[in-house]
Amino acid sequence: MYVAVKGGERAIDNAHAWLAEERRGDLAVPELTVAQIREQMALAVNRVMAEGSLYDPDLAALAIKQARGDLIEAIFLIRAYRTTLPRFGASLPVDTGAMACDRRVSATFKDAPGGQVLGPTFDYTHRLLDFKLAADGEAGQVAEAAPLHGPTPHIMGFLDRENLIQPEPAGETTPPDLTREPLELPASRALRLQALTRADEGFTLGMAYSTQRGYARNHAFVAELRIGAVAVEMEIPELGFSIEIGEITLTECETVNQFQGSKTQPPQFTRGYGLVFGMTERKAISMALVDRALRWAELGEDNLGAPAQDEEFVLYHCDNIQATGFLEHIKLPHYVDFQSELELIRKLRRDAQQMQEAAE
Amino acid sequence: MQIQTLDGGFATPPVDAAHAFRAIMTAMAQPGTIVTLAGAVPPAPVSVAAGVALLTLCDPETPLFLGAAQDNPGFRDWITFHCGAPFVTAGLAHFAYGTWDALPLDGFALGSSEYPDRSATLIVELPELTNSGAVLRGPGIKDQAHLSLPDVAMFQRNAALFPRGLDFIFTCGDRLAALPRSTRVG
Amino acid sequence: MKEYNFAYLDEQTKRMIRRAILKGLAIPGYQVPFASREMPMPYGWGTGGVQVSAAVLTPDDTLKVIDQGADDTTNAVSIRRFFQRTAGVDVTEKTGEASVIQTRHRIPEQALREGQIIVYQVPIPEPLRFLEPSEVETRKMHALEDYGLMHVKLYEDISQHGDIATAYAYPVKVEGRYVMDPSPIPKFDNPKLDMAAIQLFGAGREQRIYALPPYTKVVSLDFDDYPFQPTKADHACALCGSTTSYLDELITDDAGGRMFICSDTDYCATRVEDAA
Repeated sequence: MYVAVKGGERAIDNAHAWLAEERRGDLAVPELTVAQIREQMALAVNRVMAEGSLYDPDLAALAIKQARGDLIEAIFLIRAYRTTLPRFGASLPVDTGAMACDRRVSATFKDAPGGQVLGPTFDYTHRLLDFKLAADGEAGQVAEAAPLHGPTPHIMGFLDRENLIQPEPAGETTPPDLTREPLELPASRALRLQALTRADEGFTLGMAYSTQRGYARNHAFVAELRIGAVAVEMEIPELGFSIEIGEITLTECETVNQFQGSKTQPPQFTRGYGLVFGMTERKAISMALVDRALRWAELGEDNLGAPAQDEEFVLYHCDNIQATGFLEHIKLPHYVDFQSELELIRKLRRDAQQMQEAAE
Repeated sequence: MQIQTLDGGFATPPVDAAHAFRAIMTAMAQPGTIVTLAGAVPPAPVSVAAGVALLTLCDPETPLFLGAAQDNPGFRDWITFHCGAPFVTAGLAHFAYGTWDALPLDGFALGSSEYPDRSATLIVELPELTNSGAVLRGPGIKDQAHLSLPDVAMFQRNAALFPRGLDFIFTCGDRLAALPRSTRVG
Repeated sequence: MKEYNFAYLDEQTKRMIRRAILKGLAIPGYQVPFASREMPMPYGWGTGGVQVSAAVLTPDDTLKVIDQGADDTTNAVSIRRFFQRTAGVDVTEKTGEASVIQTRHRIPEQALREGQIIVYQVPIPEPLRFLEPSEVETRKMHALEDYGLMHVKLYEDISQHGDIATAYAYPVKVEGRYVMDPSPIPKFDNPKLDMAAIQLFGAGREQRIYALPPYTKVVSLDFDDYPFQPTKADHACALCGSTTSYLDELITDDAGGRMFICSDTDYCATRVEDAA
């Protein structure tokens, strides 16, 4: 006699215990601390903060540890935690012009007030495995310079003053909040940028790359890429003024794009914009390219049918937590749907066979 | 701020609101069904049922319109303290509260054909609420139901707009019933 | 679980979901947009259903969770545990004893009664999505009640296959107005959609909630000359002998051996107990 499979509860408990054991790995190897991850896996931490939409390096490091280094799983842990946090209010817009830059490069001007600062970049490293690191990861002496003081003007500002670039005046309206309101299309640029800043890095990179290869090509110059700390301020109604509540590191990318003019706009440069938590420059540049591609309608450009121009396509598929959940859910039982398909296919084949026999 | 303003909210908000919502949902799902609510004591003469409905459904995200006869500083303070709903004109309101005569029925959002949900829900204080009078038919009603509506023609016009239209919640004392736009009134 | 609010979600989120539920009940079959939250389980695994359940549960409820008709499938177990921990509700496997039933892909065999609530987990709420990928376009179609595309699809099925080639998530028309996706239930379950209980549908990733009040008129789409037919495997359950319940097919050996048993585990177990 057949007995139906039971024991879902025990299977889950055992799977969880096994997972915990695997996470720890070989007990002869010292356990990773959250501080080690935060300090030495900082770029992973930054990605988790950016796509998790929560600026907290310690929590991001904890999530990476818990997720065994699976960054999308870590981002998911952060998102699920973030959604339970109460909202105290909204900060004032951060002023990236006042950023204390660790890195600041421009591809459009050889020099500009504030100068070019390479900062801690992989850019000119030779990608050779450094076997010394396997044994000894201590850094050597690093040259130091006095920090730059005062605001570093945006390079875009120089083009702006000459009226060579499409203006982007400050808006009065409070942008909608993607995490509190359902996505509505067509989306405003503010909403698109919100979605892109926490979009999957790989998806954004692929979309951006497609625009470079000719799918809605719009050649982008990196007018400026800057990385550094900015102050976060909040207005306290009871006090009547704003106070600084902390400091976060951001990566900002502004691109200048060719533009021949259109039915509605004179020839001028146009902009793409990327702003992402942490030191995340691949993502910020990608974001700027995708942002620019999505602006075809407002600039009166043609819709070339390219994926990166399709707002619905980009916004509905850029979130890795939505994507991975739905993708992985096909592992769940689908006995019932499959059974109904099975019956249908058998019936259709039976009908087809009978028709064939009748014809013969 | 008066003591009265601070009083009369839910004692255990998550649990009180859960019970209240289930009752309100039952009323909306089964038009004509009268449910009983408890847990809030709004300033008189606002009914317990209306107070509970406001606390359960309204918050800073739901602009609220108050009928002129119900609009007084004491009640506003109570709403502000317990719900935080901003006060607006009828056209901007997601919810409205008032007696039948105090609500400008032509002034509320009816939703669009693409987004019929962007319409107002009116919480109407009635002097009596019984299962008598107008005949109700439609989703949520097995055969037919009866409800003591303040008008018939208005609800017929509203139902004719479906899927656009207003949804109504009626309150009287601690009792509450609902009439969604889907109900056909005869 | 003291670290989290009753039923996990914060009160403001619950109010937002509750308002969407009321709108859904007022406009049966219309998909109400809602600001779905990240839940501690993945999108696609029932986050919409879980958010709807969290918004309707009270501490007095008795909850049943099924996946594929069964109470003991792993995801059903996981969701049931979530609500035991966060809402402290009683749980049951008995369809008749449950006040709230969360389900994935099935409607229980035992008819639901007034006062019960069934919450469906919905992956793709838009019945027109696979015919028209753009949300902007499908929204227009619903607004204009333009369901020509769906009828063309069903008609093409018939001309090509001699039958409508949709076996689950079979589209229905609600009260003669909205075409609705009943979630991926087998079409065998479609006639049960006309029921006495409140039906709530939650799609978390797609940010939609929709609803059917009790006794709402729900009609499976068909043609006069090709009327809708609910189908199931033409067998009796090998455990309880039922010839009227929906069956799972099991492979018993590698020589083509198979058996059929009820997909609804409570229905089957109750029949076996009653017979003993």
